[in-house]
Amino acid sequence: MRSVDVLIIGGGPAGLAAAIAARKNGAEVLLLEREARLGGILKQCIHDGFGLVRYGEKLSGPEYAGRFIDEFHALQIEALTLTFVTRIEKKQEGFLITAVNREGLEQIHTKALILATGCRERTAKQVSIHGTRPAGVFTAGTAQHFTNLLGLLPTKKCVILGSGDIGLIMARRLTLEGAEVLGVYEAKPTPSGLTRNLHQCLHDFNIPLHLSHTVTRVFGQDRLSAVEIMQVDEGMNPIPGTAQRVECDALILSVGLIPENELAEGLGVVIDPKTKGPLCDAGLMTSVPGVFSCGNALHVNDLVDYVSQSGETAGQNAALYDPHREQTLIPVTAGEGLLYAVPQRLDLQSDNSAVTLYFRSRQNLGRCRLVITADGRELFTRNYPFLRPPEMERLTLDLSDRGLTAETEIKLEIEVMPDV
Amino acid sequence: MCELTCIVCPRGCTLQITGEAGNYTVTGNACKRGEQFATAEMTCPMRTLCTTVKTAFPAVPVISVRTSREIPKERIFDVMREINSLCITHPTGRGEVILQNVLGLGADIIVTADWPEEQDKEDRYEQ
Repeated sequence: MRSVDVLIIGGGPAGLAAAIAARKNGAEVLLLEREARLGGILKQCIHDGFGLVRYGEKLSGPEYAGRFIDEFHALQIEALTLTFVTRIEKKQEGFLITAVNREGLEQIHTKALILATGCRERTAKQVSIHGTRPAGVFTAGTAQHFTNLLGLLPTKKCVILGSGDIGLIMARRLTLEGAEVLGVYEAKPTPSGLTRNLHQCLHDFNIPLHLSHTVTRVFGQDRLSAVEIMQVDEGMNPIPGTAQRVECDALILSVGLIPENELAEGLGVVIDPKTKGPLCDAGLMTSVPGVFSCGNALHVNDLVDYVSQSGETAGQNAALYDPHREQTLIPVTAGEGLLYAVPQRLDLQSDNSAVTLYFRSRQNLGRCRLVITADGRELFTRNYPFLRPPEMERLTLDLSDRGLTAETEIKLEIEVMPDV
Repeated sequence: MCELTCIVCPRGCTLQITGEAGNYTVTGNACKRGEQFATAEMTCPMRTLCTTVKTAFPAVPVISVRTSREIPKERIFDVMREINSLCITHPTGRGEVILQNVLGLGADIIVTADWPEEQDKEDRYEQ
């Protein structure tokens, strides 16, 4: 049977970065990808804005992925495409992976495993829309696949539900291709996508954004013919008497992304209910020693640059993984003002001289301060002019020699500051 | 006064612009690029256009392209018409210029994706 040091599941931006980092740290690496090509979702993200943090350039998704794929091949790393992992078993030493592809079943042994399985879009079934089941209800990602890879326009006149980034990007894309986007409807009182996308995707093309509105019903037999839209209250309950019918041929959903962790859960990896991704330490190792997580499987990112960075962290640590090393894990908790913080734990036995923390605030805030404490003792503070939940924040800290003990609890909190 | 969201980087600063043509004052920006963006936005807003171009290969119906530099926002649909009139008749790849100096705007149209390998096409589009 074949045996490698690091096996990576998923050939998107996280998996590619992880494979490259693991290889550079001396590991023998194998990457498994279920699709025919490497690049993951970036293959269909033809808009620009990728790589601003990493390269200082505004690249399109395929260009950004292309840079990593070039390096992946230059390092002569092996990838099996059209290969689907069906089973993972934990062994005395390492893991046994069962995968299926055109050659049949293959079993591979690996010392360390990296789950770079990305995330999935929430579908119509998950947002309780009543009515018939006509064609014409697409997730934004499906509409993007049709438009950008297959060259097929999935709608002539549509409504977009949800103001997530992919929905905003698709509002612009469909408009460019000649479709009419009647409006973007968001049940929450604040937009879900990046502010810059509201500006360059909606505002630029005069596409209206209706906050506190949702789609409550779809109409149509074979094909969608109209949707019912209602205003909602703070509890997101539709307000009677506000229903209006909007004629259209498609409903496009951009109602959230969920980290894909079926394989992780099968291995007994503990999932954080806040991120819906694995609980990890600063080296991005999960609760199952030897299993690492990165990218959108770990938590949904808004910038691919951070996805790549987490892939590199996981790749490096998986390559250096020593099953016999002891761990001393202490919790890193996110206070009330935060939606979540990653990593959720710190291993005092590992090098913590450059710990990267990612967090999101719970609500839109003006001037505020992030305070990181160890049992109430202040370790670090940073002021922010504003924080918005759709825009993830990242910071790298030196947490070595800070007097942390096995009983310490690290806490992140946000203090709102008075306006000047 | 006018308020804008800066789109130069993901930070998305809220910019306040006061004054008039030729003499704008920008506040709210965290860096110099915000000031440049606000001034451009008030005079001649510029955008990168990303889209696809059709090909003559049934297995690769479209391939993604973008403008090599920003073009005036008001010319986006003119450039879309130019790009939609093209058809790629040879296998191409990332970085290739398929149309130079589109409409005299100083921007080229460049391919942004890699051409799929033989095996990929068969798998993606069979049936």
